[in-house]
Amino acid sequence: MGVNALKKLTATLVSALALTAASSGAFAAENGKFRLGIVTFLSGGAAGPFGVPSVNGAKVLVDALNEGKVPAPYGLKGINGLEIETVVIDENGGTTKQVEEFRNLAERQKVDAVIGYISSGDCLAVSPVAEELGVPTVFFDCGTSRLFEENKNPKYVFRTGPDAVIDNISAARYLIDTGRKVDSIAGVNQNYSWGQDSWADFKATMLALKPGTKVAAEQFPKLFQGQYGAEISALSVAKPDVVHSSFWGGDMEALVLQGSARGLFDGRTGILTTGESGLDRFKGQAPNGLIIGARGPFGALQPKTPLSEWFTKAYNAKTELFPTYPTSKMAQAILGLKAAAEKGAGKPGVMPTKDQILAGFKGLTYESVAGKVEMSRAGGHQALQDITYGEYQFDKKSGKASLANLKTYSGECVMPPDNMVAQEWIKAGFPGAKCN
Amino acid sequence: MTTLIAILIDGLTYSSWLFLVAAGLTIIYGVMRILNMAHGSFYAIGAYCGASLVGWYFTGAEGSPYWSYLLLVLAAVASGLLVGLVIEQGLLRFLYRQNEILMVIVTYALLLILEDVTKLVFGVDPYFTYQPYSLLGRTEISGLAFSNYDLMLVAVSVVVGAVAWAVLNRTHKGKLLRAVIHDREISVAMGVNVRAMFAATFVVGSVLGALAGALTAPAISVSPGIGVEVIVLAFAVVVVGGLGSIEGAIVGSLMVGLSRAAAVHLAPEIELFVIYGVMSLVLAVRPQGLFGRALARKI
Amino acid sequence: MKLDKTQGALLAVTVALAAAGFAAPYWLTFLLMLALAKGLVVQGVVIQMRTGLVSFGQGLFFCIGGYGVGVASNLMGCTDAFVQLGLAVVVSLAVAAVLGLLMTRYRDIFFAMLSLALSMILFGVLVKNQALGSTDGFNVAAQTYLGWAPGPHQQKLVSYLLTVVIAGIAAQLIYLYMHSGVGQISEAIRENEIRVEYLGLSPRWLIYGNYLVAAAISAVGGALTAFATGHIDPEMAFWTTSGEFVFIALLGGITHVAAPFVAAVLFAVVRTYALEFTPNTWQLILGVVLLAIIIFLPKGLWSLIQRDKRAKA
Repeated sequence: MGVNALKKLTATLVSALALTAASSGAFAAENGKFRLGIVTFLSGGAAGPFGVPSVNGAKVLVDALNEGKVPAPYGLKGINGLEIETVVIDENGGTTKQVEEFRNLAERQKVDAVIGYISSGDCLAVSPVAEELGVPTVFFDCGTSRLFEENKNPKYVFRTGPDAVIDNISAARYLIDTGRKVDSIAGVNQNYSWGQDSWADFKATMLALKPGTKVAAEQFPKLFQGQYGAEISALSVAKPDVVHSSFWGGDMEALVLQGSARGLFDGRTGILTTGESGLDRFKGQAPNGLIIGARGPFGALQPKTPLSEWFTKAYNAKTELFPTYPTSKMAQAILGLKAAAEKGAGKPGVMPTKDQILAGFKGLTYESVAGKVEMSRAGGHQALQDITYGEYQFDKKSGKASLANLKTYSGECVMPPDNMVAQEWIKAGFPGAKCN
Repeated sequence: MTTLIAILIDGLTYSSWLFLVAAGLTIIYGVMRILNMAHGSFYAIGAYCGASLVGWYFTGAEGSPYWSYLLLVLAAVASGLLVGLVIEQGLLRFLYRQNEILMVIVTYALLLILEDVTKLVFGVDPYFTYQPYSLLGRTEISGLAFSNYDLMLVAVSVVVGAVAWAVLNRTHKGKLLRAVIHDREISVAMGVNVRAMFAATFVVGSVLGALAGALTAPAISVSPGIGVEVIVLAFAVVVVGGLGSIEGAIVGSLMVGLSRAAAVHLAPEIELFVIYGVMSLVLAVRPQGLFGRALARKI
Repeated sequence: MKLDKTQGALLAVTVALAAAGFAAPYWLTFLLMLALAKGLVVQGVVIQMRTGLVSFGQGLFFCIGGYGVGVASNLMGCTDAFVQLGLAVVVSLAVAAVLGLLMTRYRDIFFAMLSLALSMILFGVLVKNQALGSTDGFNVAAQTYLGWAPGPHQQKLVSYLLTVVIAGIAAQLIYLYMHSGVGQISEAIRENEIRVEYLGLSPRWLIYGNYLVAAAISAVGGALTAFATGHIDPEMAFWTTSGEFVFIALLGGITHVAAPFVAAVLFAVVRTYALEFTPNTWQLILGVVLLAIIIFLPKGLWSLIQRDKRAKA
């Protein structure tokens, strides 16, 4: 741009920045409300299946909390009697952007706590920043096992969603325990850390539990590829007994549609570790007998308690949909923060300090929409829960999908102990696992 | 043997899809010298419109399901026409005198805008309208089942390619278009109505992009972001084939499609690199792309 | 040594920014640090743009810079900031020296696409590499400065000051380069390469030299970004990252040396506020604002494209 235009632009920019810097004091959360930052996908491919259900779940729960309508033991208004105000940030835009936005949340918006993050890359990058800035941060969905491998002494970081390693260990166990033919396995997973880790954990568990299992094919198509013609052909040619996939969102639906149309699942078992998020969407396109996971006791697999039934009803009233697992996990995180803050603060009506929240959260056991949650791993910072798998059944007449042949694995059975990396634990034969 | 047949058929289906996506892009670039980054948005808009229209049809109306195919094409033509006209008449025609590079960033800004506009209009939930896809059933070839819908797409892309080639090479307007592709300045000097050609070309390009999206919609789950995914693929095919050349787009899609299918079956680890590898190899040997004309250097 | 007006202005701004680092709120210094680091990469893009080449793959060197820091700090155990910067520059120069031989054969859209392809190949290699964390990347340990390890609160301030100083030095050097003989011939190459050949010079080797310089600066930008965020991932080599650099380069234009930095800050500010106020439609706001700037900000931006412009006074 011309030199004069440049000078004018620079002057405007500088004054704008100075103004915002000066006025940032006005954003301070010293207004008697609990300011909660919520970070989740509002755009991009993860928004539809995960981000939007989670932010809707947050809205429903926060509104109900502020009105005091949530059943026991969450009768106190808001958090510890203080109204909750939320700042919602889109998780789209890349990791560098998210680190920047986290800092903005902490230092410009001065939030009291942050709940969010679906993408493992974002969790890993934000975790040290949360520790550095001293902001209580609750990761509600990201599953990477590396989180507490890299953050060995967490203080401010908590994860109320289970580690993703349990998805795949229990998937393998389910296949074996329900007597399915597992002589040869194949995987089609998205080519990024989520897909690679999922397949690695599943493969290692199958090989550990049934040595001699053949790996017929391993496909890693690009994330959001959408068209799986060649992959489906390659898998069909390899003739495996089991097809494993950790696909999610649009990719998962496309795989199921294209695969069913071409008979990929005929005469073999398909297993989708995140299938529950598409339960109501597959209609007749998914074959009966397809195995579906919900990454825990979430969504359609929520246990029937007064709290979970209330939540399902409230969510349905607002959105005309039923909660899927991202919704449940977000609610679980918010309830966990509330329980921790109220426990730490001791008496209602006061703004809990950071240290009180931390003390309250560490090692906490609380009631969630998905049953009981124990923050018992990673020194009291990582939640441990059961995980359930089931078979997809579609009733053509009523047009409704349901899950049959449910089997639940306790956290103690499928979660490695704090001092062992997942792959080591699997290869060592799951020492210390308590399975029924 | 089965693998070889699988590679051929998979390659063919993927190539036909690539060609449908890239055809519009190469025409627009060839004639207007605009590298349209918003082409991915046309694809996405066509997919959403097609999926919505077909979805509406199957939840309400009583007619034969085979009408859905016509609806897809209609949705594509309508949305492509509308969006293409609005953009071309409303924005681009004021910027034709500008440099190519500037046009790229204008279309990039358009891409950002259209991404959010589609999100606002259609929401973030994936659109899952599978009926046209599963309706046609499957065919068994050499022990492998292939979806008839995918095979039908091959036929469609052959038709589109043939029509495009015929228009460009056998009609009067086509010859004028080729003249404009070759040298815009002289064409203007010769009295060709380049402005009208530009408008027509851009609309044709956007309709083709929307058509690719609408025809793909029944096979996938239409979600936000599918437009962006398609852009790099389309560019690579167009660059390999030579910009502005339909024959180039055909050969380019075949090369990329077949190599990709081969990689998936034989060496899945390199699948990610195949498209860039092919592009680099072709450019190393023929810097203008396969069918690109070496441009005369003007002093 | 006499400094002319622009050099003086650049120096003054550098000092002002450095001083502001002590007074400004942390989020602002962080934003500025990231923007300046990005601005450095954009300078690399602009240097190549002066010869008429648009690089859609500058992310390649940006990523090499970031991973250079990461590898040095996590795998080699070396946390000294200057050694990390040096390593980033050396590796990227080595890669550029080889790739440049291929790249300088191409012009226009083919250069752009080939550069994109090369950066996507790096992306693919990193994604495949589980040891380096695949798409999650990994976190980078805090830097030390010639043996001195700043305390946790000083850490960010020190890296900010380092970034400002490096940006200031880069600006001065690029300014001198632009106005030297070699720099002005770059513009001549853009206007008409054949005439430059007839004048007895080799456009190819000049472009090669520019390519190397751009690679080095971009690697420094990548390294500084790694210092700021403490995290690196393969996304740094993805084509949309490179697209952002090109976008900012075109926003600022290629006439003034400070333009890439100003444009980078502008881009960062607009994006942050768009994200905050309209989390559902921030891409729309960004696109509209940037389109408006392109259309309504007159003259300066056009100097990139009008090939029949007379020589600048």
